[in-house]
Amino acid sequence: MARAIRVGIAVVVIAILPAIVPSFVVFDFIYVAAYAIAILGLIILTGMNGQISLGHGAFMALGGYVVAVLAHNLGWPYWVGVPLAALASGAFGLVIGAIALRLAGVYLALATFSLAVATPSFLKHYKSITGGFGGLSLDAVKAPAGLPTSGQQWLYYVAWAIAGAAFLASALIVRGKFGRALRALRDNPIAAISFGVNPYSYKTLAFGWSAVLSGIAGAFLAMTTAYVSPDTFTFALSITLLIGAVLGGMMTFWGALVGAIVIEFLPLVAQQVNAGAPSVVYGVTLILMMLFVPDGIVGGLQRLTRRLVRRVPSPTAFEPSVPAAASMAVDQPTRE
Amino acid sequence: MHDLAQQIVSGLATGSIFASMALALVLIYRSMGVINFAQGELAMFSTYVAWQLVQMGVPMWGAFFITIVVAFAGGVLLERLVIRPVERAPQLTLVIVTLGLFTAINGLAGWFWGYVVKPFPTPFPTTPLQIGGVAFSAQDVGVIVVSLVTLGLISLFFQKTKLGLAMRAAALYPDQSRVLGIRVGWMLALGWGLASVVGAISGIMIAPVVFLDPNMMQSVIVYAFAAAVLGGIESPIGAVVGGLILGVVLNLLGTYVEAIGNELRLAAALAIIVAVLVIKPSGLFGRATVQRV
Repeated sequence: MARAIRVGIAVVVIAILPAIVPSFVVFDFIYVAAYAIAILGLIILTGMNGQISLGHGAFMALGGYVVAVLAHNLGWPYWVGVPLAALASGAFGLVIGAIALRLAGVYLALATFSLAVATPSFLKHYKSITGGFGGLSLDAVKAPAGLPTSGQQWLYYVAWAIAGAAFLASALIVRGKFGRALRALRDNPIAAISFGVNPYSYKTLAFGWSAVLSGIAGAFLAMTTAYVSPDTFTFALSITLLIGAVLGGMMTFWGALVGAIVIEFLPLVAQQVNAGAPSVVYGVTLILMMLFVPDGIVGGLQRLTRRLVRRVPSPTAFEPSVPAAASMAVDQPTRE
Repeated sequence: MHDLAQQIVSGLATGSIFASMALALVLIYRSMGVINFAQGELAMFSTYVAWQLVQMGVPMWGAFFITIVVAFAGGVLLERLVIRPVERAPQLTLVIVTLGLFTAINGLAGWFWGYVVKPFPTPFPTTPLQIGGVAFSAQDVGVIVVSLVTLGLISLFFQKTKLGLAMRAAALYPDQSRVLGIRVGWMLALGWGLASVVGAISGIMIAPVVFLDPNMMQSVIVYAFAAAVLGGIESPIGAVVGGLILGVVLNLLGTYVEAIGNELRLAAALAIIVAVLVIKPSGLFGRATVQRV
């Protein structure tokens, strides 16, 4: 019930926002929708399944470039481009997911880190398709004829509708057997496998779905900016997504929403101090959060309200005070 | 033929920088099972310190040695302040904390020195060296010599000194070492200090080539990952050999294979990382790990 109320409030706020805030803020909130979708993908993969990806910017790049190349080079409409972006990114995700099965724990982090750093150089190399350094510019999204909204408002509603659908679909997917299998593989892979959970299919599918979401996010990033270039999808983007997931909280989907708002607006504020300030704030917060609030803003708030509302004593040994930290264990090879 | 010899030497020069960075990674990985994603950024920051000293009128080699001291202190301090509290935390926590360091240090460098690319003075003469009738750049030869001396000193330190022995013991058998009176925590901090020094030297060596900017080490660290993985992430010898092989191979591929060129070198490094991890995760020199059930 409480959840229905929270979801209802979120939907209403998102629906009336364009009517009450200036148009440049509406613009920011389209980015929030895109980031929320991408971070949701990261939460499913890393938070729920324990696979570390530092390279989700690469999937966003693929999604963004699929839409951009189809629109710019072939003149295809966006409503064809976005589903194809999701498909392409998902297929790439399945491939990376299959490779990731062989790379436990920190090795996966290392490989995806390298993927993220190498992404812009791929984009620069295949100039004839991607436009190289200069990137590709796109037509601004227009509202369908007959609607009283501006193109920007139209894109805002479409982006949030897709985000809503992504959250709903993900919630349905992780609710039942699939979600249980993912969490079991994260918390105790050996026990899960003994109980007949097939690690190969579930982990690969988690990677694939996560990539689908990131691909869609990349597509919306491209359409909102009406421009893609190798500089859009640097390593900094991948790391920003991870920061959003950690700050928001990896254990619930609400973390994606909160994380997306933080990574969109925090740099805008911090930049006014100094160009380097956003990174400094991000880095220091990341470390402090891992030390003191490993379950993120949402997780921390939940614990706080639980404590205030129910007046229960602080968690005992049966309920570890930071459940997130304990369950974030990733299968790691031990030395002989 | 002369051209090939030049290309190989120039590959060995970049390779010895990859080797040093890879060794820095291996030093920390061996002692605590952590990949320090911030290793490159630490090196970048140290290089800026050296640049600042040179700007203030300190002679190049003076700046070099002062930077080494600063880098060592910085490495020790970071381990004590940031890594110590999460030493026993799960892998994901450690990865995120070192990425936090990465981001914060990158931002600090941008804050202090800006994002404009700066030239960095070479500590070596600019006239080429004539060896056997072939002209080699003094920068390349100098980089190789400095890197090899550094690696040699590190190896001597670990093999021949009491402190080096204690550090190795602390890394391999922390509990037993503690019983023997070795301060394991401080040994780990010393390891971070040493890794930071090795990184600082690599940074100063490569800065005249790649120029100084806050993102200068981002691709270098990927090459260092590739070198460490190729050699076996637990093997110091492997890191050095892996780095040298990688430097030479990438340089020859970039020069002689049209399709790879400069931009796809990173992709080649990525391909090496993935291929080694999938086919032989222990690398050339590492031991196969056994997962305890």
